[in-house]
Amino acid sequence: MVFDVLVEVRLRPGIADPQGATIERSLPTLGYDGVTGVRVGKAIRFTLDAADEPAARAEVEQLCTRFLTNPVIEDALVSMEPGR
Amino acid sequence: MIGVVLFPGTNCEQDVVEAIRHLGGAADIVWHGDRRLPSAIDAVVLPGGFAHGDYLRTGAIARFSPVMAPITEFARLGGPVLGICNGFQILCEAGLLPGALQKNRGLKFLCQFTDVRVETSATPATSAIPPGTVLRMPINHFEGCFTCSPKTLDELRGEEQIVFRYLDNPNGSIDAIAGVCSSARNVVGLMPHPERATHEMLGSTDGGRVLASLLAAVAATG
Repeated sequence: MVFDVLVEVRLRPGIADPQGATIERSLPTLGYDGVTGVRVGKAIRFTLDAADEPAARAEVEQLCTRFLTNPVIEDALVSMEPGR
Repeated sequence: MIGVVLFPGTNCEQDVVEAIRHLGGAADIVWHGDRRLPSAIDAVVLPGGFAHGDYLRTGAIARFSPVMAPITEFARLGGPVLGICNGFQILCEAGLLPGALQKNRGLKFLCQFTDVRVETSATPATSAIPPGTVLRMPINHFEGCFTCSPKTLDELRGEEQIVFRYLDNPNGSIDAIAGVCSSARNVVGLMPHPERATHEMLGSTDGGRVLASLLAAVAATG
C-alpha cells in the first residue's frame, strides 16, 4: 500500500524558539494583536510503500527518531493517509 | 598523525592541517566515504564547514557518512576526537557528545572574535592549558546556541564536562557553553575555530594552544 505521509517536525515544549518569538513580536506592528504561542517547525511530505498502516507507522516512527528529528530538541507529529 | 575529516561541504580542513603542521605536528586529510581510518591515526579532527550542505539540520546527514562508524569505534576505545564548529554539530548529532546546537539566539550569523574561558584541563584539547585561561578565537556560525535538557546540564556541570565558556555569550548558549566533552572526556567539541587563531597575522595565537594540547595529549599516550 502507498501512503501519503506528512511529518511535522516541532521543537519540544520548553525549547527556546527565537524564530517563533521574532515572528510573534512583529505581528502587532502588522495589526495582528491576538496571536500568541508562535512556534516555527518544518513540514516534510513523502509517499511510502509499506505492507499495511501499522508497518508504515512503525517505519515512519523509526525514520523520525533516527533522521528527521533530533530527539534532543525536536519531536514529530505524523499524519498519513492512503495515497493514490 | 592527526586525521582531519573531509565531508562534502567541509571548508576548514586545509586550515586545520596547516595549523597542525605549523605547530610541528603531522596531519592528513581523511575522506568521509572511507570505511576505516588509516592505522597511523592517533587523533581525529572534524573541521568546520557545511558538511553535506547542512541539509535537514547541521550534521544530520554527516553523522551517517561511512567514516563515522570507524570514528565512533575509535572514540569508544578512548581515541581523542575534536569537533570544531560544524564538527561539533556533527558529534552532537552522532550522539558522541551531549546536547544540540540551535540557531543563534539573536538570529544573526556571527563572524567575530570571541573570548572563551577554559574550564578544565582534563581533556585532550585543553591538556596544556590551565583552567581559567581566557582564549581569543574567532566564531563563524549560525547554529551555535548550545542547548540540552536540565538533567544533561546538571550532569555536564557535575562531571566538569563543560570545557569552554564564552565570556559574553554571543549566541545565547545555555550556561554560556562554547564547548563540551564526552563523559569519557576524549571527545571534545567547540564552536570557536582554534585553527584560525594560530598566527599573529590572524589576530591571535590562542587557538594554537588548543591544537598544541591535542598534539601533547597524543604524544603523551604514545
